[in-house]
Amino acid sequence: MTKDGRISFWERNRKSGGYLLRKRIGEYIFRFCRAVLLFGLCFLILQPLLHKFSISMMTEKDLYDKTVINIPRHFSTEPIKTAWHYLHGITPFFTSLRIGIVVGILQVLSCTLVGYGFARYKFPLKNFWFGCVILLIVVPAQTLITPLQLLLADWDFPGIRGVGILHLITGHGLKLTGKEFAYYVVCAGCAGYKSGLYIYMMRQHFRNEPKELEEAAYVDGCNRWTTFWKILLPGARPMMASCFLFSFVWWWTDGVYSRVFFAKGNNWVTIANALNGLVENMGHDMERIMGRGYIVPAARSNQILSTGTLLTLIPLIVIYVLAQKSFVESISQSGIKG
Amino acid sequence: MAKAKRRDLARGNAIAGYMFILPFIIGFVLFLLIPLVSSLYMSFTEVDALGKQGFTYTWIGLKNYNEVFFINEKYVPNLLTQLKNMALFVPGILVFSFFMAVLLNQDFHGRTFVRAVYFLPVILSSGIMVGLETNNSLLSSMKDLIEADTSSVSITKTLESILLTGQSASKFFQYVIDLVNQVYDIAIASGIQIIIFLSGLQTISPSMYEAAKIEGCTAWESFWKITFPMISSMILVNMVYTIVDFCTKSNSDLMTLITNTLYMNFEYGLTAAMSWVYFVIIMGILGILSFILTRWVYYYD
Repeated sequence: MTKDGRISFWERNRKSGGYLLRKRIGEYIFRFCRAVLLFGLCFLILQPLLHKFSISMMTEKDLYDKTVINIPRHFSTEPIKTAWHYLHGITPFFTSLRIGIVVGILQVLSCTLVGYGFARYKFPLKNFWFGCVILLIVVPAQTLITPLQLLLADWDFPGIRGVGILHLITGHGLKLTGKEFAYYVVCAGCAGYKSGLYIYMMRQHFRNEPKELEEAAYVDGCNRWTTFWKILLPGARPMMASCFLFSFVWWWTDGVYSRVFFAKGNNWVTIANALNGLVENMGHDMERIMGRGYIVPAARSNQILSTGTLLTLIPLIVIYVLAQKSFVESISQSGIKG
Repeated sequence: MAKAKRRDLARGNAIAGYMFILPFIIGFVLFLLIPLVSSLYMSFTEVDALGKQGFTYTWIGLKNYNEVFFINEKYVPNLLTQLKNMALFVPGILVFSFFMAVLLNQDFHGRTFVRAVYFLPVILSSGIMVGLETNNSLLSSMKDLIEADTSSVSITKTLESILLTGQSASKFFQYVIDLVNQVYDIAIASGIQIIIFLSGLQTISPSMYEAAKIEGCTAWESFWKITFPMISSMILVNMVYTIVDFCTKSNSDLMTLITNTLYMNFEYGLTAAMSWVYFVIIMGILGILSFILTRWVYYYD
């Protein structure tokens, strides 16, 4: 016994017949293995990015210096400034941010509704509609985008070869390509990028919720809508957060849909397009300055591209760190399951 | 009386169900039905995209499908390799991501940081990020040089040859070594799955674990008796996603073949036929697997 009356660790260990020590050692071994594993895999993922980071801090001279591998000899913020310049500064960031948030919210809300409908209600033709959702998951965006573009350039309902209601009334269809709100409508209609996946995720989530929750709500006088809104939605927050996250990230790096909906002439306004055109942009610029036929050295264009990639990654990581909190917080609010 | 009431309830439910899925129906009918149907229609036609009036379609029936299966010498072998790779990788990715999600769900120092790192693959494997470096033709030619230069000596290669020449050489070893060799690809490909599993794990109530612990459950038992059943619905999601993601990855031989048919030979009809054969096969696989797994997935209903 120690002075304050508590039994020491070894005392307790002796009383438990050595169980406590074995348990403690096992715990430490487990922790050690976990740390090694996590660290190793983190390094695997981070290594290419760390390399990008280190070359984004070098002067151009260091790129050709064989003795410089990871730590630059001459620090410089010049690559960052150059990449920032060719990414067209802050405007594409804000454009992408604004559109991404709206698109994310619309997609998550509509897909949550639809997922709940599929999970809980029985209605005629349910399997047919769900088959359509699966079709939407399987068919990649690249396949759909050309016919979609053709349709949206002269949109109408039903719209087969320029025949439809609008053509009957006004003689021409709506031009929806290059319009921001058109993409919002498409997203609200669960027809945006990867909407099928979000519907499926939400459906699986709601199917796994106990039915007693809703029954209790009905008994207490909720109708179908308030049951959904007040009882089931709070519990779905982690799932919704990850849907939002995916939606945002896929929008941020999307080069397919943004070309259809956000192209104004030859100007791409989103950050993904700015990044995609970064090297070309710089090449043209340098050619203008240095004279015809000048080619930017590969190492240099790689440097600027890496820097640009890092710059576009930062907002996503910030958003992830913010969003992952809601993975953790939600339990305390809805821990009634089971 | 009671029967009529039940019928009313069923009808009310049917209407409510349709109200809930209404956004999808509207969006699907207005925007996706025509593209889907026209791409399917294209596969039965010969498309002349370079004509004066834009696209002109000539109906040629099943000729494109005939070419896909019996004439094109690359399609069927590529398809089979793709399916074999899928059978190899999808289980690996699922097990890896589930394992990582369970680890990341535990409490330890620096958890936010590690989770943020595991989120990076989601970004790096999406959209334009994939092709950024290979699009730059100069860089990609350099990359081959660099790879040839650095991959000459490695400990793992030696270890692999020792393991494979020993008596213990077996198919299973080959499988494990294949997976380990591809660990970077697997880690990159499982970012989404980890997040889906994580958010699934977060919806399991801690009180279940508490109750189990009081009843004398070990951690191992409560993993199999609580975590596993409660997460099983998300395993289905991840399986579907992994299969689709793996199959529609644009750098596989089959997808390259399909895109080349389109962009180099401008054979829209043939491309559409190739894609649809592929989609139908993937959907068939998904259907069979979901049918098998749904019996085993734990739902409350």
